[in-house]
Amino acid sequence: MSYLELLKLASPEAIVVISALVVLAIGLMSKRGTVVAGVSSAKPPRKAAGITAATGWCSLVAALCVAIAIAAVLMLPRNANLFGGMLVITPLTSLFKIICLALAFFTVGLVRSEKSLRHPGEYLAIILLATVGLMLLVGSEELLMIFIGLELLGLSLYVMTAFDRTDVRSAEAGLKYFLFGSTSSAFTLFGISLIYGMSGSTGLAAISEKLATAPVQPLLATGVVMTLIGFAFKIAAAPFHLWAPDAYQGAPVPSAAFIASGSKVASFVVLGKIVLVGFGPVHGSSAWHAMTAGWSPVLAVLAALSILIGNLVALAQTNVRRLLAYSAVAHAGYTLLGLIAGGREGFSATLFYVVVYAITLVGAFGVVAVVRSETGGDDLRNFSGLAGREPLVAGCMAVFMFSLAGIPPLAGFFGKFYLFSAALRAGGNQGLFWLVGLGLFGSFLSLYYYLIVLKAIFVDRPSGTAAALDDVSSDLLQRIAVSVIAAAILFVGIMPDILASRILAAAQ
Amino acid sequence: MIAWTIYLAFAGAAVLLLLPGVCARWIALLTTVAGLALGIVGFVRTPIADLAHFTTIVSVPWVPPLGMNYHLAIDGVSLTMVLVTGISAVSAVLFSWDVEHRQREFFFWLLVVVGGCYGVFLSADLFLFFAFYELVIVPKYFLIAIFGSTNKEYGAMKLTLYSFFGGMFVFAGILVAYVTAGSLDLNQLAQFHFAPQLQSWAFPLLFLGFAVLAGIWPLHTWAPTGHVAAPTAGSMLLAGIVMKLGSYAGLRVAMNLFPEGFQMWSKWIAVLAVIGIVYAAAVALRQHDLKFVIGYSSVSHMGFVLLGLATANVLGVSGAVLQMFSHGVIAALLFAVAGRMIYRRTHTRELDALSEMNLSHALPFAAFTFVVASAASMGIPGFSGFAAEITILIGTWKTYPIAVWITGAGMVLAAAFTLRALVKSFFGDVRLQTDRVPREADWNEQSITLAEKCGACLLMFATLAVGLYPKILLDRIQPAVEAMRFLK
Repeated sequence: MSYLELLKLASPEAIVVISALVVLAIGLMSKRGTVVAGVSSAKPPRKAAGITAATGWCSLVAALCVAIAIAAVLMLPRNANLFGGMLVITPLTSLFKIICLALAFFTVGLVRSEKSLRHPGEYLAIILLATVGLMLLVGSEELLMIFIGLELLGLSLYVMTAFDRTDVRSAEAGLKYFLFGSTSSAFTLFGISLIYGMSGSTGLAAISEKLATAPVQPLLATGVVMTLIGFAFKIAAAPFHLWAPDAYQGAPVPSAAFIASGSKVASFVVLGKIVLVGFGPVHGSSAWHAMTAGWSPVLAVLAALSILIGNLVALAQTNVRRLLAYSAVAHAGYTLLGLIAGGREGFSATLFYVVVYAITLVGAFGVVAVVRSETGGDDLRNFSGLAGREPLVAGCMAVFMFSLAGIPPLAGFFGKFYLFSAALRAGGNQGLFWLVGLGLFGSFLSLYYYLIVLKAIFVDRPSGTAAALDDVSSDLLQRIAVSVIAAAILFVGIMPDILASRILAAAQ
Repeated sequence: MIAWTIYLAFAGAAVLLLLPGVCARWIALLTTVAGLALGIVGFVRTPIADLAHFTTIVSVPWVPPLGMNYHLAIDGVSLTMVLVTGISAVSAVLFSWDVEHRQREFFFWLLVVVGGCYGVFLSADLFLFFAFYELVIVPKYFLIAIFGSTNKEYGAMKLTLYSFFGGMFVFAGILVAYVTAGSLDLNQLAQFHFAPQLQSWAFPLLFLGFAVLAGIWPLHTWAPTGHVAAPTAGSMLLAGIVMKLGSYAGLRVAMNLFPEGFQMWSKWIAVLAVIGIVYAAAVALRQHDLKFVIGYSSVSHMGFVLLGLATANVLGVSGAVLQMFSHGVIAALLFAVAGRMIYRRTHTRELDALSEMNLSHALPFAAFTFVVASAASMGIPGFSGFAAEITILIGTWKTYPIAVWITGAGMVLAAAFTLRALVKSFFGDVRLQTDRVPREADWNEQSITLAEKCGACLLMFATLAVGLYPKILLDRIQPAVEAMRFLK
């Protein structure tokens, strides 16, 4: 194995790392002097123009490099395995690297509209580093490498969350996210070390072989549960979701979108690999009348709690980003159903659902960004009368909300059908009917709060504060991005086969 | 060819969405008239023998790994429903000719409802069917919440959540059928033998979910509030076709897939249906709002449909399908008079206020239409309501003789509340209050427009034609019903 070959196989990651450095350099060179300014003083127009230009250049370079990285992923060989699973290339990893890069691309697009950023170069560089974390997570079947990916992703996200220095809520969100995140990382590391101690290996395939012969014992159970806790935190499953509402609401919009989309997709991919490949032999059963110990009942409890808590708390929210956060908890619960079902079908149902969910959320945060830049806030009353001001953006938001609620002909509807049918089939004699029923009840509840958002947009009259800042120049690019995402969701909803059969073929 | 009814409606909706500055009402009229024309051509041209089975029109693989197909099919029952959808849609557009506020959006949502209804009546794949079924729910919310009247946001939310609540049970039932049989094709599923133990709980799950939309007692309360809050076209479509989605789906999916479960539960459906007929009629007798009277009458008449389905014999079920057609037309007519002809001009629907206005002189055409609609609704021979209800009652007599006696009382009540509404709204006793006869300034007196006349004539013609010669529909419905599995 020559070094050059390694570089070739890791070329997408390398490209993204280099681009992060380039973006950082551009950000440092462009008008550094004018950027450093007092926190609350009004900006002179020239300074603002300088920042905007820097943002434009940096995001252009970042978007270009992400596009090149996607091309590099396409040129990778079909299958490869380096260092016992540390870097794995399969159709599945390539597909999800592309999806993560695409989500990063749209997140970079969102940065342009974020007016409060003082250091666009640093911000974009951190987004790109987080993207590297996603790609490492997706492309690895080895616990140590997964942990490194998790930490790279996590540290970048903490900084991204706290990046808005002018907003105290951003700092609060960052601190909360960091404290919860580092605690859960400790849990994961402890769990991994126990698993390593029992199996003598950190490669998922090797662990699976060892566990197949070993009896279920308390030490193993501790290791499994602790590892899962770390991931439950990452996917914001109840009761480990407490950071999510603050992070979604307080973080700058692109950070929130990235946490909700890219981070979630990669976490579900890697969680699926760990439980289905690594912990495969200790599956257990979560069928209602035949529960046996294993990771599946643990996930089932997490899923049930997430669906109930997420949906019930979301009913009472008046801030759209907070509402999206609680609905994210609920959606994490639905998505877990596919992993609990297990097998190729369950895994691909999970992947389909989480991809659709991530794309929808990026779009929804795009709409939030538009509303924020127009009205200066993201409460429900800021959305009132949006249909009159911005019919296109309002229509896109309707698509996103209905897709989340699972209304045909949008992608979320097919995703739910796929997920629930996979779960019901796997249980054997409808053993998982209790979870599916809970999921259906949850999506019934969820329609109410999604409709409340749409009621504000389409039915309510614009409130007084909403029209105040209307003179902000409209960002055409962002509108195009949001409509492209909405069109994609409609298209995948009408022709789900395009995505579903690809994922099904990739999931072995 | 009849599949184009679906595509046309959605194409019309897409045109309205994408092209600003088009004449929205003409596009809506054009697409709905084309849909009706396609329905009529299909009705005339398709040989009756072909309508005895659920014959495939289109079948294209959709999501092969999951066994989903884009599969449309038609038989006598579907064709009847397609026809009534076309009639209601055309008249709904005609009766909303005066919508000016956010016109494009209004007709967009209206066409989506119409397209979704066509889709439900024609789909032969369970997933496709469910997609269309759920698709209809959301536009109703916007139609009511944006364009409605009286308490519209409450009514819209209640209606949507009730529909989605039912949809939740339907989703569960469909998943169970799919996972157990491993197929989504309705014709294949109708051949599959589900275990009786499974049928005993899956049937009520599925049927109850559908029956929420059909307005089964005690889950009917969304219907009156929703109808009252909706704009005229909204209530016409709601009562005319959307409620029929529930009963049609109960027949096509729940009863056909789980015949043994149906045998176990049919008498309970009959009990609920009879309670619904009598209870809703009694409530209608006490209402002060004209639309509430009609809303409760819808629940009562839908009770007949459910009773007909519960009889489980050819006559009863065919009568139920005929009643779906008949009530679709009559309810649309009643709501058109109450919502468009009266409310738009007088800005009130209070029966006491209307009785002081001497409307029969001011709006003779409206009075004539309402008399016809009331007669049809009461079940006077010669109108479709009579033909349908008598068929259902004969069918019921074979299975549940007691139910016929109780329903008889319900029909007397129906006559009572209809006549009360008719007399109070149009033939108020003005001599008693000579000082309060028409105060011109109070209401915006306009003569009935041409669009309204066309719509009313279309609906009146439909109810008369079927009333005088019900065989034209029954000939097509009965063989299709006989072919269904639960009768064997």
